[in-house]
Amino acid sequence: MVEFSEIEKRILRETIDFYEIPEGAYNFRINGKSVAKKSTANIDVMLKPNGKGLEIRVRPGTKNESVHIPVVISASGMREVVENDFYIGKGAEVLIIAGCGIYNCGGESSRHDGIHRLYVEKGAHVKYIEKHFGFGERLSKKDINPTTEVFAEPDSLVEMELEQLKGVSSTIRITSAELKDNAKLIIKERLFTHGRQTAESKIKAVLIGKDSTVDISSRAVAQDYSVQNFSSNIIGEGECRGHSECDAIIMDHARVTALPSLTANSLDAELIHEAAIGKIAGEQITKLMSLGLTRAEAESKIINGFLK
Amino acid sequence: MLVLRDISYKVGNKTILNNISLEVSNADFLIITGPNGSGKSTLAKIIMGIIKPTTGRILYNGKDITNLDVTERAKLGVSYAFQQPVNIKGLRARDLIEAAVGAPIGDTSAGKYLKAVGLNPVEYLDRELDNSLSGGEKKRIEIASVLARNAELTVFDEPEAGIDLWSFSDLLKVLKKQQAKGKTQIVISHQERIINAGNKLIVLKNGAIDG
Ligand SMILES: Nc1ncnc2c1ncn2[C@@H]1O[C@H](COP(=O)(O)OP(=O)(O)OP(=O)(O)O)[C@@H](O)[C@H]1O
Ligand SMILES: [Mg+2]
Repeated sequence: MVEFSEIEKRILRETIDFYEIPEGAYNFRINGKSVAKKSTANIDVMLKPNGKGLEIRVRPGTKNESVHIPVVISASGMREVVENDFYIGKGAEVLIIAGCGIYNCGGESSRHDGIHRLYVEKGAHVKYIEKHFGFGERLSKKDINPTTEVFAEPDSLVEMELEQLKGVSSTIRITSAELKDNAKLIIKERLFTHGRQTAESKIKAVLIGKDSTVDISSRAVAQDYSVQNFSSNIIGEGECRGHSECDAIIMDHARVTALPSLTANSLDAELIHEAAIGKIAGEQITKLMSLGLTRAEAESKIINGFLK
Repeated sequence: MLVLRDISYKVGNKTILNNISLEVSNADFLIITGPNGSGKSTLAKIIMGIIKPTTGRILYNGKDITNLDVTERAKLGVSYAFQQPVNIKGLRARDLIEAAVGAPIGDTSAGKYLKAVGLNPVEYLDRELDNSLSGGEKKRIEIASVLARNAELTVFDEPEAGIDLWSFSDLLKVLKKQQAKGKTQIVISHQERIINAGNKLIVLKNGAIDG
């Protein structure tokens, strides 16, 4: 079995909650190479011939299985583009844990662009968890740009938890989905930026099928001089329901833009967007201070709760 | 234990509190009542340190606390149940109670405080402090958080507001139990049954003590 360095272990802990090699299928990509890979009876994990990504096939009817596909970059100046394709068979239930972490202390910028395509067959249920993390020298660039495309066939359910809480210098996150009849997509996004970091998140969902549903909840905290841009775009083609909620806490000299867009191409499309940007309410801090917390403790309690 | 000396509070040229002096002794159950807008909540916030009086001094156990901030007063044993509980998105009832206790606690201990205010812990420990809670539920969680402080002095700001009649007697029990434990309480109320439970009463009118 592979031995990970302390830095790699730290990144794996932060991104996929790693303490030992997980059960089920996996692929560990460290500095551009697959260092550990396993398929199971129901999940095939294959390296693409060009070495730039994976093809993952989950057999129809698979129940309760998981696939971990962490990416670690610890070599300064490393840049890569990875394309992973997931084929989730009919009625399969699977948990995908994708995480990416960058350690950079060098003068060159490191960058990972990951393109994930999820083809989710009829009645399948996918839970997709993705955490991004960076650490090292503050001024060394650590960029992570995920693009995720979801194709949800009828009656499927896709739940996505997207999280970037620390250390990523800049990110452009693009998530798009097409939903057929009675397909449901739930997206929970959590973003935290500080220093001079920038984050941009664009989410687009096209509700093609009858009774398709999307529910997007994005919560973001921007500190210091960081800048965030959020945009969501829900398009309803027929009888469908879309809901998006964007909440941001802004602190210090940060800047946040939220751009919601809804398009109804049918009388029966029910689409809602809620957006709120504001600083932490003084009353919230006062309440926690009256319970004995200092102002700083109160602030961090409020932020941690908000991003949970 | 608490002495207010000539407390006045002005915003611009509007006088909200005018020369309030009062003394609260250990284990007192002091009732403050008076019309809407008479300055009751303002006085409560001055005791907690949320707002600073324009003039006057506040002494707590003989110590001048006029210039102490909210946290410092909380650490000395002062506590305040807000008239209007605040929403804190993402924070759960258990987080608030844990913050009040000041140390990690298990479900049973956290649940105890919810039970005391008539909420089923199984249902409410993980509820978020947002508008999915009804007014009465928020109010009860607010009171639970203050009970979890186990403070020497607590100011309850209209604890009965939004609480239905059935639970009203439970609330009264909570207050009386605190009193029996020797806790000092200042209860702002418009409710006769609560007013009758106190051992001292002051009436505020136009920012001054009446009579
Ligand atoms: N910052 C402020 N600026 C202007 N007026 C204020 C300010 N704070 C309080 N007031 C006014 O001071 C008065 C007293 O307010 P306070 O909230 O203390 O009343 P209260 O006695 O608690 O009333 P209620 O019974 O309605 O709770 C009110 O007229 C209120 O509008
Ligand atoms: Mg009031």
